[in-house]
Amino acid sequence: MSTQTAIPTPRSPYARRKTTRGNYELYSWVFMRASGVLLVVLVFGHLFVNLMVGDGVKAIDFAFVGGKWASPFWQMWDLAMLWLAMIHGTNGVRTIINDYAERDVTRGILKSLLLVAFTFTVVLGTLVIFTFDPCPTDAPAELLASFCTA
Amino acid sequence: MPTAPAGTLYRGREGMWSWVAHRVTGVLIFFFLLVHVLDTALVRVSPEAYNAVIGTYQTPIMGLGEAGLVAAIVFHAFNGIRVALVDFWAKGPRYQRVMLWVVLGLFVVTMAGFLPRHLMNVFGGH
Repeated sequence: MSTQTAIPTPRSPYARRKTTRGNYELYSWVFMRASGVLLVVLVFGHLFVNLMVGDGVKAIDFAFVGGKWASPFWQMWDLAMLWLAMIHGTNGVRTIINDYAERDVTRGILKSLLLVAFTFTVVLGTLVIFTFDPCPTDAPAELLASFCTA
Repeated sequence: MPTAPAGTLYRGREGMWSWVAHRVTGVLIFFFLLVHVLDTALVRVSPEAYNAVIGTYQTPIMGLGEAGLVAAIVFHAFNGIRVALVDFWAKGPRYQRVMLWVVLGLFVVTMAGFLPRHLMNVFGGH
């Protein structure tokens, strides 16, 4: 039986460990604030034009959407709103999942579902904006915007 | 893996409750956004399909839901500006409580402008 205590060799002087994670969380924090400011303008404009002008929600139909998306201005407006809002919202929900789901498996599953919902919604929305035809030839004329028959 | 926390970090008062409201409204808006992209995608199916679904958005019950949704968005928007000011404005943290009352004031003014118009559109017998 040895009575000697093994003394570890002296450590090298303290060196700050270089983080391997990058600045992802910093960028995400900055993005939330920057996109938030832009979204206030985009979403308030969207709500004003769709709910306040004219007959508001009662006036929304296929012809209304056709009239808006015939203009590249509203296409770009809605595209920017879709992407910014989806990234902003997804990142917010990611934060909430990280806060409340304590088990690694639960967190992983919830964040995978979130990623699927994000990808599906952004791809679908983007395709709809760019492939939309305001004047489908097989549709009744009275359901279409007035410029389709003019 | 963390075990049950020993205490609580929640401190109550304006700071905590505005944070809670920001989370709740944020999640609500996010789930509506997913649905809203789906319903709008129906314009690629047919004018009839889109009009049928958007017609359900124009019923009185959904009209009240839209009022609630807009209320959630307006609060989240103004409180989000407050959060950014707390983070980036040197005096932001000192005025965070005052700024919450400004947020609530702007909320009341905005909703006072929106609600009569929207409710007239929904219930106005067009």
